[in-house]
Amino acid sequence: MKIWASLAAAVLALSAAISPAAEPRRSGYDDSSRETQAMQDDDAGNPAFLWVRQGEALWDQDCKGCHGAAGTLRGVAARYPLFDPRANRLLTLEQRIVQCRTDRMGAPAFAWDDERLLALSALVGLQSRGLPLNAEPREPFLSQGEALFRERIGQLNLSCAQCHEERAGLRLSGATIPQGHATGYPAYRLEWQGMGSLYRRLRNCLNGVRAEVFAPDSPEAAALALYLAVRAKGMRVETPAVRP
Amino acid sequence: MDRVLINVPKQVTRGVPFEIKILVSHPMESGQRRDQMGQAIPRDIINHFVAMLDGELVLEADFFPAISANPFLSFSAVAEKSGILTLAFTDDKGEVRTETAAVTVG
Ligand code: HEC
Ligand code: HEC
Repeated sequence: MKIWASLAAAVLALSAAISPAAEPRRSGYDDSSRETQAMQDDDAGNPAFLWVRQGEALWDQDCKGCHGAAGTLRGVAARYPLFDPRANRLLTLEQRIVQCRTDRMGAPAFAWDDERLLALSALVGLQSRGLPLNAEPREPFLSQGEALFRERIGQLNLSCAQCHEERAGLRLSGATIPQGHATGYPAYRLEWQGMGSLYRRLRNCLNGVRAEVFAPDSPEAAALALYLAVRAKGMRVETPAVRP
Repeated sequence: MDRVLINVPKQVTRGVPFEIKILVSHPMESGQRRDQMGQAIPRDIINHFVAMLDGELVLEADFFPAISANPFLSFSAVAEKSGILTLAFTDDKGEVRTETAAVTVG
């Protein structure tokens, strides 16, 4: 991440090469190497399935009694983040799972980076693999999320849009800047040597531009996740994806 | 090593090589890294792997650092009859994990 500072300056200097990124929309998969794509394509070689397996065991133990087979949640992940009128807030899929644990099972909440939460959200996400992302463009959250996406932030004074729209396809410290579509989370990231949520990914980008990192349960995190989901509407769920 | 996924074709043909694919959850700590306090993180890798088919050795391997966390292994074997594939992994902590999978010759 330290190298981002100098490289971001170099990226900005490349403004002549800026391409209008928006269409066609490319997922991070399209921008990955063939080796990384092959890893994602083969469930027997995608390390994220170690978490899916853990999720199946947890599901049978804690969730099946109410929900039945995990397959009954097909299509659910594609609709998140979702406004919950009862709680009067926008919920990410992870927050919905934690809500089931605390409110319906009387169990303690999972921390945002708990491996069990990654395992369960990978399992629930997998049920929607291949379906088009279809989150409701709910206001005021959507506009809040878009504002966060376009606002210049951090010591590097860069917005998400400056990288993921204006400079998508260019390179930054060895990585291709993707369009930043959140189609495959939680995902196995090779750099992490492990699984991570969308929040973890966003935290990496915020740290990269030396911006203040908003908390996992903050309204900002959920609003930004909603904007990303609506921006990627119609793209296919890839969960659990493999990313460099 | 709390999770091992083994992928063997549902049915294999007698005498024809088939592919076995394995994923193992393991940190594969190389021993080359330091923590935030500058202390060396001790090496902890799977250092030995044995695959047997009905008691007959199929593959035995020593592993060394520079293999990623949660490694993926794949190799081919040939079966003359249905049997049980037994996989044993040993790591630097001395933990041994044994897993089995059925091989069905059809
Ligand atoms: C300086 C450029 C830069 C900025 C600013 C930036 N990102 Fe990123 N982002 C990247 C790069 C580079 C990657 C891919 C890293 C890799 O593959 O190793 C990435 C990855 C992502 C991904 C993962 C996409 C996938 O296919 O899995 C998402 C989502 C994302 N960023 C969202 C954001 C959001 C939201 C912001 C604003 C808060 C932001 N990024 C700010 C450079 C940036
Ligand atoms: C005591 C019963 C109960 C248990 C146990 C339970 N849930 Fe739920 N869950 C529900 C109910 C009821 C809803 C519908 C909530 C609503 O619509 O407001 C729900 C909703 C959900 C949703 C959102 C579905 C949607 O259509 O948006 C997800 C995801 C979910 N649960 C996951 C889990 C997971 C994972 C577990 C296990 C850790 C679990 N639940 C355990 C009762 C339960």
